[in-house]
Amino acid sequence: MNGTLTTGDIGGATALGSIAATEKTVFDHIHSWLVTVDHKRLGLMYIIYALVFFVVAGLEATLIRIQLAAPNNHFLSPQVFNQLFTMHGTTMVFLVGMPMIFGFANYLVPLMIGARDLAFPRLNAFGFWLSVFGGLLLYFSFIGGEGMAGAGSAPDVGWFAYAPLTGKAFSKGHSTDYWILGIMIGGFGSISTAANIITTIFCMRCRGMTLAKMPLLAWLNLIMCGMVLIVVSPLTAAQIMLLLDRFVGSHFFDTQAGGSATLWMHFFWIFGHPEVYVLMIPAFAFASEIIPVFSRKAIFGYPVMVGATLAIGFVSLSVWAHHMFTIGMTSTGNTFFAISTMMVGIPTGIKIFNWLGTMWGGKLRFDTPMLFSTAFLFQFLIAGLTGIMLAAAPFNWQLNDSYFVIAHFHFVLVGALIFMIFAAVYYWFPKATGRLLSERLGKWHFWLFLIGFHMTFDTMHIPGILGMPRRIYTYEAGRGWGIWNLVCTIGVAFQIIGTLIFVINILLSLRKGRPAGNDPWDAWTLEWSTSSPPPEYNFAEVPTVKSRRPLWDIKHPSDPDWKYE
Amino acid sequence: MKSVPGTLPKLDLISCPKSREAGTTYSRTGARLTRSVGRASLLIYWLVSLILVQQGAFAAEKTDSALVPSIFAPESAPAHDISHLAGFVLVITAAIFIVVAGLLVYAVVRFRRRANDDEIEPAQVYGSGPVETAWTTVPFLIVVVLTLTTARVIQQVQDARKPAAALDVQVIGHQWWWEIRYPKLGIVTANELHVPVSQGRERLPTFLDLRSADVVHSFWVPRLAGKTDLIPNKVNSMWIEPERTGLFLGQCAKYCGTQHAKMLLRVYVDTPEDFDRWVKEQKQLAENDPAAAAGRLVFERTACINCHAVNGTVGNGRFGPDLTHLMSRATLGSGALTNSLEGLRAWIKSPEQFKPGVLMPAMNLNDADLDKLAAYLATLK
Amino acid sequence: MNATTTLSVETGRPAIRSLPIEVSADRVPSKGVIGMTCLIIAESAIFTIFVVAYLYYLGKDLSGPTPRQVLELPILNSICLLSSSATITFALRSLRNGNAKKFNFWWLVTIALGAYFLLGTGREWHHLIHDKGLTIQTNLFGTTFYSLVGLHASHVIIGLLALSIVMAFAIAGVVKREHAERVHVLGLYWHFVDVVWVVVFTVVYIIGR
Repeated sequence: MNGTLTTGDIGGATALGSIAATEKTVFDHIHSWLVTVDHKRLGLMYIIYALVFFVVAGLEATLIRIQLAAPNNHFLSPQVFNQLFTMHGTTMVFLVGMPMIFGFANYLVPLMIGARDLAFPRLNAFGFWLSVFGGLLLYFSFIGGEGMAGAGSAPDVGWFAYAPLTGKAFSKGHSTDYWILGIMIGGFGSISTAANIITTIFCMRCRGMTLAKMPLLAWLNLIMCGMVLIVVSPLTAAQIMLLLDRFVGSHFFDTQAGGSATLWMHFFWIFGHPEVYVLMIPAFAFASEIIPVFSRKAIFGYPVMVGATLAIGFVSLSVWAHHMFTIGMTSTGNTFFAISTMMVGIPTGIKIFNWLGTMWGGKLRFDTPMLFSTAFLFQFLIAGLTGIMLAAAPFNWQLNDSYFVIAHFHFVLVGALIFMIFAAVYYWFPKATGRLLSERLGKWHFWLFLIGFHMTFDTMHIPGILGMPRRIYTYEAGRGWGIWNLVCTIGVAFQIIGTLIFVINILLSLRKGRPAGNDPWDAWTLEWSTSSPPPEYNFAEVPTVKSRRPLWDIKHPSDPDWKYE
Repeated sequence: MKSVPGTLPKLDLISCPKSREAGTTYSRTGARLTRSVGRASLLIYWLVSLILVQQGAFAAEKTDSALVPSIFAPESAPAHDISHLAGFVLVITAAIFIVVAGLLVYAVVRFRRRANDDEIEPAQVYGSGPVETAWTTVPFLIVVVLTLTTARVIQQVQDARKPAAALDVQVIGHQWWWEIRYPKLGIVTANELHVPVSQGRERLPTFLDLRSADVVHSFWVPRLAGKTDLIPNKVNSMWIEPERTGLFLGQCAKYCGTQHAKMLLRVYVDTPEDFDRWVKEQKQLAENDPAAAAGRLVFERTACINCHAVNGTVGNGRFGPDLTHLMSRATLGSGALTNSLEGLRAWIKSPEQFKPGVLMPAMNLNDADLDKLAAYLATLK
Repeated sequence: MNATTTLSVETGRPAIRSLPIEVSADRVPSKGVIGMTCLIIAESAIFTIFVVAYLYYLGKDLSGPTPRQVLELPILNSICLLSSSATITFALRSLRNGNAKKFNFWWLVTIALGAYFLLGTGREWHHLIHDKGLTIQTNLFGTTFYSLVGLHASHVIIGLLALSIVMAFAIAGVVKREHAERVHVLGLYWHFVDVVWVVVFTVVYIIGR
């Protein structure tokens, strides 16, 4: 029972730097990354791709905020502004959110279930490169084709591209086509990766790991991927229909020929609402792994966490029309969707309690991952509560399409998702690279980003309440909106600096970070049993497990988990 | 770079790794901001800004607070219904926030790892049936209460019976202006709505019929009602019942293209006498001031009449706003600029300057024609 | 019972070995089957949306031919396509029994039936376009009809391509009993295509008329 659990350098520890030593040139090095089918490398590439677009979309948001800092501003033309808010939303959802969660799933799921790779490694690579192609195609729109004001042809129809604004009659040129094709191609990538991950989880768990003994991250990614299969397809279908409308003259959304504008809305939001849960469930997964480790306690209520997430998965398929409370549905329709939306808040809220219960009675260590996770809990709570406000349909009739909604969903997607992505990077960076990120820079990153986030997005609720609609390139003075917009814009500066520090932290730590070893956080899941970074084959011997926390069992042989659950 | 072996603790000590080995830092009292202090400062910051800054801001922007289209300054029956529901929801969510956030803050402070920690793992609690049942049941009950309240208000607003005396208005959304018709009164105007106030026992709401000629728009005047969309190929309906006279501001609230931002709304709530007077004026044919005859000729002989109508001339175009009583309106271009002789002239010369992307082309008139035309249009009271 | 943890400091190899009280099922599901099931789920969702659009727009045409006026039941086509599900099952059974000749035969019949279906669809469309004046641009019925039936036909085309590739391998003699699992997975796709046709047929030619 004594001794240390070690992994030595089992020849082939593929740290990022050591490749150069074994391969001939830089080109060989790059080539090996381009042709790789290794889930870890593909995972890292997804994450890097997402981080690059995070910076790009952040710049787009910065320009938007500068334009809106004062009434009747002339920093941007309306055409450019409309392109920027469209691209900002589209980029953040499809080129940052989706690749990021698939990147982490790619990297972590096989390691956490004791597998050596995903079920279909080549399909994995195919899915990645499809996503990359889709994103590049979308961004090519800035320079390709003629736009109405000569500003390139980037889409300017909003990230949800309502019909008939997207029809050939109202959306001339090819900007909308870039939106359709860029996302559709990425969608095929997402579906293939989701199928890959599901197959991996069902077929390649190590011995002893029944579904009930999987880490929560694996469970939640399984549910997320199942949702992707069901919900990305409606968007693909609607986009095919729009493409047919625009190119062969069909009439799906052609209101002049009897087509329906609301049909597009239904199809889009049948995708769009579950999509935000697709984005959030991996954030829940990160929280469910990180919070226990930094509280030194097992997750509180594992079966309920799984059950609640399954409930979210199913119920979220029935809430979509809460984005459409103002389109003139019957009172019955509005009531149904108000009820279903409030219902989905219950399993979501329960998870907050479970994380709280995990922290309760623990010994909280506030390293950077835990700082971000704690902020996540507060911010997700607020996001959920403003969501309940929006679920009350009459209240929604005032708040919809206003800056209140923008504040709400940025609380969800930045305050919850991005904060947990930061946490996940700080937590698993040592595993992927063998080096720890700097704690000092991490704390600077955290506090600056936190201040900036709240300065911008807490404030942003107010213009919404004062009647400021979304997607307007400027606004009148005298409506009382100016000062709040100015404060929102100032907050951006802090977020930019925080993000810069984050990027610097990554770059510096790659070279000079403190060596991490296998298990710098004293954690309990299988990825921490192998070297940092793991060898290409992940484990020298595929482990056999007996409980949900195999390393806890090893570290506490007289008090193992499998005695209790 | 080789991965360094042996960074896990010896297994005969059931303990956490030493902080230095693991690369983590302890909280250094006095040198680090604790979480609760951080949270408190943020709270104080917001309170201060809310109180101080708002006053200064309104003053700086010369904001007439009666015009600020706040959803919490309702002055019409449906807006009141919504505001009451909103208040109820806010109270409940605030209570939830105080409880849960309070517990979080408490946990963060109480269960923080101390500097003198003995490094023994705390008791591992895997769950608790009673606790989890409780924190499922209570939210469920809250949701039941909220949904019942919500359902009632939905019905109250959406299914309101239309009294016989109600005024009927048709609003047709265009890129980027509002066509406003009073079908029973035979009036057509644009961008500005006049309605009678509903005071006293006799209820006098205005029911609006909402349609669109092109893409999806949304009619939003926050103080008077929630927003309702204008969707092509669909007829929507909403109602307002203003309780004081005055001007109410709103604008389009559904992205509809380049100039979505400048599709502003002005609702004038009049006393019954003022309203009747307005109706009478609007019903008349256009002014035919002989002094402006030259300008009227310019209007009738240029492409203006392709898009615009002036009742009493040959102008019968419906693509653009009806100009019969243009000067009775406060703005041009659906709020793009103030309505005045100079503004008119500048607008006709180059609408693109005020509303880039607007569908009205620059008419390329010479200066003389431009003067005459503007002078003529300025007579259309 | 304690977990035994053997640790080897010298070689530095981790060896987590613990007594397995519960092991995950010895028979794990086949990767191919799970993967294909995932694809089928996603495709079903796409088809569902096109079916919803079809049903939503029934009777909403402003002009142009109606389904009742121009559609004829494609009975023979449907029989061929649905029989191909049976023939592909026979082929798979033959392969599992190691009978290569029979496998080739039934596989070829499957392809022929699928190809006939496509031909029939093409003939139907030709008739609709040239004789009845119904194109995708004509009205809402044209839009939803050609897109839904076309989506299905494109999936038949892809299926036939895959089947033909296997046919080529079979003729070259390399398809053996041990490939039965993979052929089974392809067979699942083909069955899916047939089930979709049942739905499309019901919606378009029965409910829609």
